[in-house]
Amino acid sequence: MSSRPSLRWAITDVATITRRNILALVRVPISVVFAIVQPVMFVLLFRYVFGGAIRTGSTAYVNFLIPGILVQTTIFGSIGTAIGLAEDLQRGLIERFRALPMARMAVLAGRTVADVARNVLVLVVITAVGFAVGFRPGGGVVPYLEASLLMLFFAFCLSWGFAYVGLAAPNSETAQAMTFPVVFPLTFASSIFVPVTGMPGWLQGFARNQPVAQAADAVRGLMLGQPHGSSAWLTLAWGLGILAVLAPLATARFRRAG
Amino acid sequence: MPEYAVETEDVVRTFRDGSVRALDGVSLRVPRGQVFGLLGPNGSGKTTMIRILSTIIAPTAGTARVNGFDVVHDADKVRRSIGLAGQFATVDENLTGVENLRMIGRLNHLSTRDALAKARELLDRFDLADAANRIAKTYSGGMRRRLDLAAALVADPPLLFLDEPTTGLDPQSRLGLWNIIEGLVEGGTTVLLTTQYLEEADRLARQLVVLDHGRVIAQGTSSELKSQLGATVLSLNFASAPDAERGLGLVSDLAATPPNVEGTLVEFTVRQGPASAADALRRLDTAGITLAGLALREPSLDDVFLTLTGHRAEDETSDVASPRRRGRRR
Repeated sequence: MSSRPSLRWAITDVATITRRNILALVRVPISVVFAIVQPVMFVLLFRYVFGGAIRTGSTAYVNFLIPGILVQTTIFGSIGTAIGLAEDLQRGLIERFRALPMARMAVLAGRTVADVARNVLVLVVITAVGFAVGFRPGGGVVPYLEASLLMLFFAFCLSWGFAYVGLAAPNSETAQAMTFPVVFPLTFASSIFVPVTGMPGWLQGFARNQPVAQAADAVRGLMLGQPHGSSAWLTLAWGLGILAVLAPLATARFRRAG
Repeated sequence: MPEYAVETEDVVRTFRDGSVRALDGVSLRVPRGQVFGLLGPNGSGKTTMIRILSTIIAPTAGTARVNGFDVVHDADKVRRSIGLAGQFATVDENLTGVENLRMIGRLNHLSTRDALAKARELLDRFDLADAANRIAKTYSGGMRRRLDLAAALVADPPLLFLDEPTTGLDPQSRLGLWNIIEGLVEGGTTVLLTTQYLEEADRLARQLVVLDHGRVIAQGTSSELKSQLGATVLSLNFASAPDAERGLGLVSDLAATPPNVEGTLVEFTVRQGPASAADALRRLDTAGITLAGLALREPSLDDVFLTLTGHRAEDETSDVASPRRRGRRR
């Protein structure tokens, strides 16, 4: 139909699917509201209920908490990738896409990119809520943006893994249920809510070194202007590694699903 | 342009590691410029055939060419030359009518402007202009089907696959869709249509293939199939089961095909409808048997199946109830 190079068409296809997914988010705002309400509850819960019992040394707990919540929220957000794909599959939309002369990977990429857009919105809201409850990061604007980009990228990479889950699950409810055994240990057995030093020794090794913990350390360090070792680079490396393994797996699964 | 719009050779498709044979060696030749009907009950392999021809799944064995292109090796060229609309009306519920068609246009690689113009034109043509900016979730079943069909036509494909386009529609919407399909064929489009309704195949399709358990069990024009069957079905409803049994003994020689008995209902095809009905009435009257009801009707798909296979067109899958597609459908 056209002699335009296929790469440009692939990008157009991704943009078309992304647009469609963002329109759906606007049309069904309840899912965005859910994505925002839950982390706000976490902020209030930990800031005012648990926070007083958690010791974070010279750092005020609210400053320790908000970067952690941001990481947790973006990771929870990428679960939406699994749910959205499972829904599209269930409704037969993917079937229609597969009969179109579009790039195969655009269905998945358009979903993961749209989920980044949603994460940006959630990030902005939670940052604002954080400031309202006393969050005062001392790292400056540029590191704050670097931290934001880092966690968005990391969540984007993870969402390719969740894309695989969404394609493998028989329906969206199961897709959601299948992500919890992965997401829960990764977010809670980490430095997201509490310093790992309070955990038993056998857990500390995992809670210090697993990818989400690295992301939390990097984001917190950047935002607060504190030393964070090699955690930012490690987060980047984990992200790239996850992407390199799971994006081809998800794409292969997409080709096969049927 | 190749002679046939669709040409398949011994297509086999299995599911669940070979334990389910959805298609068991199907060869089809679909000529251009007409409606070709694929007739069969749920589970007969119709939808699997459409999914193979539209490159959604690959055949396990055999070859299929669509508009001259191989569905496996030239899948992208096949995709550019077909439109697909189905019984589940896969429109995006969260998008408006115009957004749905614009999206499909863009994914068919039309420019934004062309995609939008085409969307408007199709919405007008299918009587959806008033609903163009409404979210598809608010559409009625008939409107969704029309939008789905419009989506299949966005790229002006020369070949259209319609998978049970009117299943579940009310009679008026069905008639409307039939008119649209007839209009498309007049405009030169080739249509491959699957249906469970003989009436629909009869009205639209010039040639028919009947599928059962993944095999072709009959083919020809609809009048050829009907002459195989006998022209009409005589349906006799007796007052009681013993009456039915006695009555059947009296009239069974009128049957062109083996009679089907369900409780008090006796049905069989007859060659001369009215004359056979009068004959049957006379005999039953003489024997003192009163009927609760009598009807002469067109043969249904059930009758076709009974005649061709000796078994009823059974409903094997629940795929209408659960529109989940992967691997479950045959």
